[in-house]
Amino acid sequence: MIRVILPPHLRTLARTGKEVELDLDSDAPVTPGAVLDALEGMYPTLRGTIRDHQTKQRRPMVRFFVCERDISHDSPDTPLPDVIASGREPFWILGAISGGQA
Amino acid sequence: MSGVRVLVGTRKGAFILTSDERRKDWEVSGPHFGGWEMFHLKGSPADPNRIYASQASDWFGQTMHRSDDGGQTWQTVGNEFGYQGEIGTHQWYDGTPHPWEFKRVWHLEPSLTDPDTVYAGVEDAALFKSTDAGLTWTELSGLRTHSTGNRWQPGAGGMCLHSIILDPANPDRIYVAISAAGAFRSDDGGATWTPVNKGLRSEYIPDQDAEVGHCVHNIAMHPSRPETLFMQKHWDVMRTDNAGDLWHEVSGNLPSDFGFPIEVHAHEPETVYVVPIKSDSEHFPPDGKLRVYRSRTGGNEWEALTNGLPQSDCYVNVLRDAMSIDSLDSCGVYFGTTGGQVYASADSGDTWAPIVRDLPAVMSVEVQTLR
Repeated sequence: MIRVILPPHLRTLARTGKEVELDLDSDAPVTPGAVLDALEGMYPTLRGTIRDHQTKQRRPMVRFFVCERDISHDSPDTPLPDVIASGREPFWILGAISGGQA
Repeated sequence: MSGVRVLVGTRKGAFILTSDERRKDWEVSGPHFGGWEMFHLKGSPADPNRIYASQASDWFGQTMHRSDDGGQTWQTVGNEFGYQGEIGTHQWYDGTPHPWEFKRVWHLEPSLTDPDTVYAGVEDAALFKSTDAGLTWTELSGLRTHSTGNRWQPGAGGMCLHSIILDPANPDRIYVAISAAGAFRSDDGGATWTPVNKGLRSEYIPDQDAEVGHCVHNIAMHPSRPETLFMQKHWDVMRTDNAGDLWHEVSGNLPSDFGFPIEVHAHEPETVYVVPIKSDSEHFPPDGKLRVYRSRTGGNEWEALTNGLPQSDCYVNVLRDAMSIDSLDSCGVYFGTTGGQVYASADSGDTWAPIVRDLPAVMSVEVQTLR
């Protein structure tokens, strides 16, 4: 079981709370890409809001954190730490504190 | 009993304002989608309970919503806007080629006859169509791939397709307008397009007969005269009586012919409304007076409508999709400001009163007449 923390606007869009729990395929490595696949599978309304529909590129002002480390620029196929894979620590999705208008 | 429903998109959510045919007492619902930028909401003429909404965010991109119960509840629909075929390039601000990139939906135009069909005008400029109530979107790529497309440039607000007019007399005829490419017409349901910009004069274009490159801000039509269009251009208020084949200026005695929205009265095809703005560098009303100007002669002769509008120290703007009309017997006119006011007139603009004063900056106002 993977725990994912969503930013407030995406909670509104997905009509869910701060933290969601996802079950990933137990045989596949737990990677950012796999977490996002599972998240979008459970909440289709989030498709296109975190990463591009086609290219799967992360949107510029969205960031991913695990174990207090920014992994936004890591490959989406990089295996995540065991504490994430086991659900002891959450996978954070954040909206950057930048850009936009008041 | 008849009444109106005013759909207001703001920088921080959507609001729905409803009233009966007297349009004096209002019920305010919202914010819907609180905190999100709501570019545009528009109801289906064929089914007033069907409303489409465009929600955009600099962080999380474009999302789309649909209501089937007049805005009481909403469901998220498709947000995948993929350009068809070769993407190609348009001109960037500095004149260099720049690939088309989808950014947001500026305008939604539901079909006049089918509640499940809706058009979306997007940035970077292209026209999309959904025939399944917004679940999936297909580009009508003949517009973007027009032979002039590689010469289109963005206006200050981006390269947006912001105006879509469906001809009620000819289901194959569609007009669109793009900043800063100009106006285009299709006579085959959106498959192929012709620039319709003859007669437009733009100071910043050295070639005064340029086929494209004009910064059209908004166009409007009265349904009984589909060959007559009115245009608020960056500067100049224009008119055509031959479906855009030739335009002529009707700015007349306006205090400024810069502005954004333009609308036509519901029952008087020669009565037109604009909101003059001081200039392209000062986006507020001249002299701090918020005045709607009305022409009852199809342009050229304009009168200021001021009764109930602030006539001193007012420095708000009215954006291109932030004005609308109803079609009750006594035509209602509505507009929203970047200061968060939505004003209504139930008597064709003679008198005005605010429905709400303190919303977030208003981006769009659309009215549904309920019977």
